[in-house]
Amino acid sequence: MHNNSDKQKDQVFRMTGVDTRKCMKCGKCSASCPSFNEMQYRPHQFVDMVTKGRIEELMASPSIYHCLSCFACVERCPRGVEPAVVVEAIRNLAERKQGGTYFSPDEVPELIDGTVPQQALVSAFRKYRK
Amino acid sequence: MVMTFSYYPGCTLKTKAKELDKYARASAEALGIELKELEAWQCCGACYPQSKDEIATRLSSVRALNDAAREGGVLVTLCSACHHVITRVNRDMALKPEIADKANRYLEIDYHGTTEVLHYLTMLRDRVGFDVIKSKVVNPLKGRKIGAYYGCMLLRPSKEMGFDDPENPTIMEDFIRAIGATPVVYQMRNECCGGYVAMKDKAQAKKNVSRVLDNAKNCGAEELITACPLCLYNLNENGDKAMPVTYFTELLAEALGVKEA
Ligand code: SF4
Ligand code: SF4
Repeated sequence: MHNNSDKQKDQVFRMTGVDTRKCMKCGKCSASCPSFNEMQYRPHQFVDMVTKGRIEELMASPSIYHCLSCFACVERCPRGVEPAVVVEAIRNLAERKQGGTYFSPDEVPELIDGTVPQQALVSAFRKYRK
Repeated sequence: MVMTFSYYPGCTLKTKAKELDKYARASAEALGIELKELEAWQCCGACYPQSKDEIATRLSSVRALNDAAREGGVLVTLCSACHHVITRVNRDMALKPEIADKANRYLEIDYHGTTEVLHYLTMLRDRVGFDVIKSKVVNPLKGRKIGAYYGCMLLRPSKEMGFDDPENPTIMEDFIRAIGATPVVYQMRNECCGGYVAMKDKAQAKKNVSRVLDNAKNCGAEELITACPLCLYNLNENGDKAMPVTYFTELLAEALGVKEA
């Protein structure tokens, strides 16, 4: 019988196609990460925690909103693990839950100042709500 | 002979980044290229959806790609984010049947990634040639020390983007040379400026920006060029505003003598 954490692991695998067990824990992803200092869990920890089924913890961590989708970790991982893909899947899971929205249209008026490019708003809606 | 390509400007080039678009069109004309804007494009969403089960967020790119396929098969993009998203969705349509089947069924089309997506810079390099550009420069930007800011989205993941060497790119430096200026190479040119948190987390964005700008300045750059409206906004908004940042197309238009046209 599958418990909840196994189900979540399967779901992450279906979304990412990433086999997190390929990771050899070299830490290159986290060393490359421009958000390293802001993250409670760093990219290599995302990978490790998914392997261990600790997905709820990741979903609850603000680290999912600190990833900049810069793909440095994807580019530099020597094992093709693609940590950013894993981070995004977990963020998607958190956002798809009811009430999981991180960015709401109500916030927009306060944030726009006449120079904010459309691209910033469009991407915030794509990244931070489902 | 005039070369004609389909062109996808994207949402921001119609509003906050009008200069990126305007100077690209003027320069293309001067170089004998006709950019034919797709008739009915929609915003690409500005973020490539990395999860395989995200289908709806890929559809606007698929529509643009499919339209371009019927009009000559080459689609020119300019904004880094548009280029990133559309290039990667194009690959999905060619290589990931689980995505392509759903998107095709939904849109009632039969598209499998046949369109060639060309970034404007790649078009300059591979279809025009930097030597030809050099020969058409009437106003060389002599003595200007320009740093190329590549950012993330044009280069990575390199195995999908195929844009340039992801760790040691040269296309923008070659461009700078072609317009008569001096390129300044600095290490942070392909590291992230933190654009996605530019609005919600200014403290983090400021850190990322100052790492880029300080490094560029220390290496001798006096101005930066970019292809990305979000980078430009973030570098200005969350930097100290001492380093001018412009779109590369503006400098191209200046060098070709069509800036005021
Ligand atoms: S994509 Fe995210 S996790 Fe990976 S290096 Fe960039 S910011 Fe860090
Ligand atoms: S770079 Fe790749 S192999 Fe190394 S720790 Fe990160 S995910 Fe694991």
